[in-house]
Amino acid sequence: MKAFTQLKGLVAPMDRANVDTDLIIPKQFLKSIKRSGFGPNLFDELRYLDEGQPGEDCSKRPLNPDFPLNFDRYQGASVLLARENFGCGSSREHAPWALEDYGFRCIIAPSYADIFFNNCFKNGVLPVVLDAQVVDELFTDMYAQEGYSLEINLQAQTITTPTGKVIGFEVDAFRKNCLLNGLDDIGITLQSADSIRSYQQKLRESSPWLFDVVQ
Amino acid sequence: MAGKTLYDKLWDNHLVEQRDDGTAIIYIDRHLIHEVTSPQAFEGLRLAGRQPWRLDANLAVPDHNVPTESEERKGGVAGIVDPISRLQVQTLDDNCDAFNIVEIPINDIRQGIVHVVGPEQGATLPGMTVVCGDSHTSTHGALGALAHGIGTSEVEHVLATQCLIQKKMKNLLIRIDGTLQDGVSAKDVALAVIGTIGTAGGTGYAIEFGGDVIRAMSMEGRMTMCNMSIEAGARMGMVAVDDTTLEYVKGRPYAPTAQQWEQAVATWRELHTDDDAEFDRVVTLRAEDIKPQVTWGTSPEMVLPVDGVIPDPEKIEDAGRAQATRRALEYMGLKPGMAITDIRPDRVFIGSCTNSRIEDLREAAAQIRGRKVAQGIKQVLVVPGSGQVKAQAEAEGLDRVFIEAGMEWREPGCSMCLAMNADKLGPGEHCASTSNRNFEGRQGFGGRTHLVSPAMAAAAAIAGHFTDIRQCAEGQS
Repeated sequence: MKAFTQLKGLVAPMDRANVDTDLIIPKQFLKSIKRSGFGPNLFDELRYLDEGQPGEDCSKRPLNPDFPLNFDRYQGASVLLARENFGCGSSREHAPWALEDYGFRCIIAPSYADIFFNNCFKNGVLPVVLDAQVVDELFTDMYAQEGYSLEINLQAQTITTPTGKVIGFEVDAFRKNCLLNGLDDIGITLQSADSIRSYQQKLRESSPWLFDVVQ
Repeated sequence: MAGKTLYDKLWDNHLVEQRDDGTAIIYIDRHLIHEVTSPQAFEGLRLAGRQPWRLDANLAVPDHNVPTESEERKGGVAGIVDPISRLQVQTLDDNCDAFNIVEIPINDIRQGIVHVVGPEQGATLPGMTVVCGDSHTSTHGALGALAHGIGTSEVEHVLATQCLIQKKMKNLLIRIDGTLQDGVSAKDVALAVIGTIGTAGGTGYAIEFGGDVIRAMSMEGRMTMCNMSIEAGARMGMVAVDDTTLEYVKGRPYAPTAQQWEQAVATWRELHTDDDAEFDRVVTLRAEDIKPQVTWGTSPEMVLPVDGVIPDPEKIEDAGRAQATRRALEYMGLKPGMAITDIRPDRVFIGSCTNSRIEDLREAAAQIRGRKVAQGIKQVLVVPGSGQVKAQAEAEGLDRVFIEAGMEWREPGCSMCLAMNADKLGPGEHCASTSNRNFEGRQGFGGRTHLVSPAMAAAAAIAGHFTDIRQCAEGQS
């Protein structure tokens, strides 16, 4: 996994609550057996005026001129500012894959759906939770100033605004460590392989019906 | 010391290692696999040179992409017309072969939607931890299991380690006491709950459903309730084990037998919340207050009783909610003040992991028997949740009821719930759907979904518009 340490990036808006994973990446693109290449179809139904098909060359499709990510001022954005309950709906990891492939490495929102939140950390994308009021202020400032950028420091757990204001955020210690170091958590879990084996042995003795049935 | 909730017990029973940083290694008993969220996980194993930790904990079945038309279905995987879907299903077959994982293939009679197949085969049992790369894995909590959806990285993690790194959730009890009115089903209860707590109301919580209504509910109904937990924001929903659970599980192909059955039952009888346990939050609903529900917007919390009228965003004080309502009404093509019963679906979909079990099909058929689909309805799809549900329905003659009414009786799969196969809505079309999500574009680009119970969907197909089936029931008697 790509490590995440610090980022200074242009901020783009996704200014609506309850953005679901179908909206982030529609189902037809889930047919891919690859992990990459989802960026051009991020927010597909909002971004384009036509219905997207997998494998299509998106550079020839009609863009929705009213969708902010199509505005000149947000080109190259790497921080997505969003609203409550971002990423609700399905467990598709294609959602963070699409965000990451597009170029977003950090999302800032008042709240997230649990599965999406978890999936982000597995893909080098940092989902930051801030108070709804703070997010609201960031929206106001971002709309007011073209080229609005934020500086995110994961080690220090801070976001610095263009005026130098520093906003702190919480992140769980395990996820922070994995993200900072780009750690593969399968490797970490396998360090406990002996504990898993011994748990499993006890389980086999206490609940034999859980073993050797589906084979 | 206070007692434990059902969730506490399931968590403690599966705790391999508690770490200082608040995370824990949790053992996974059953891992269900389907074609959409697994290919990249198998590829990850290959790239890292890893093998599955424990083969017999895994069970795979293709469901999302499979065609439901019998002609296309006859050709098996090779017969799938869409080459990208075909490759994805083929990739599941190939990966299961390569890693020696048991798969129920496309035209096996046991094939179906993974969340219907698991309980039906006894592959998910009370007391298990059950995961799958699909958010509706919460369904299996109905058996008294700790079941939730995971992303593809975690699919790979479970394959490689038989465990997940987790943090414990908070406990939320949703209690529904009293007696449901005739015509009100588990789906209506689930939608009423979401309408009450919102789509983020359960975020950070494990839900336990309890109260008179849940105790009286069939396993099918409980599965519908737990299935919809995720639409209330909770990754997992669960119901305590009782006689209904045990009767359902007994005799299933992968369920224990003889002495092991007795041993298992003794363990499973403990799977309920202790009397003195405390929940972090309790939400109560009165069964008598719940009417048949219909969603009108683009989030499951945008739901009303069937006798309701479409809300007016100008009368909503909260600016954010007013804006969301305005946007939803524009997408749905609906006007404030319009009666729910004036909405006329173009298509009707009866199926999905929420409502495609035998009881669902019986409830739908009861509304249809001897009647015809209304003019103006372009298509009614009835898609059983598994080959075994299909066979059972045919043995009861339900297929004839649907076909004679002018409906299409299909092969099992996820179908129009998420429209990854050919079953989808056209732009602007309204659908009365027994599925779980009314998100923009979910059932097809520009499609407009109204979530309802199987009986409500069937009644809408006959009437040509949503109707209050409580009145129909009175009219018939």
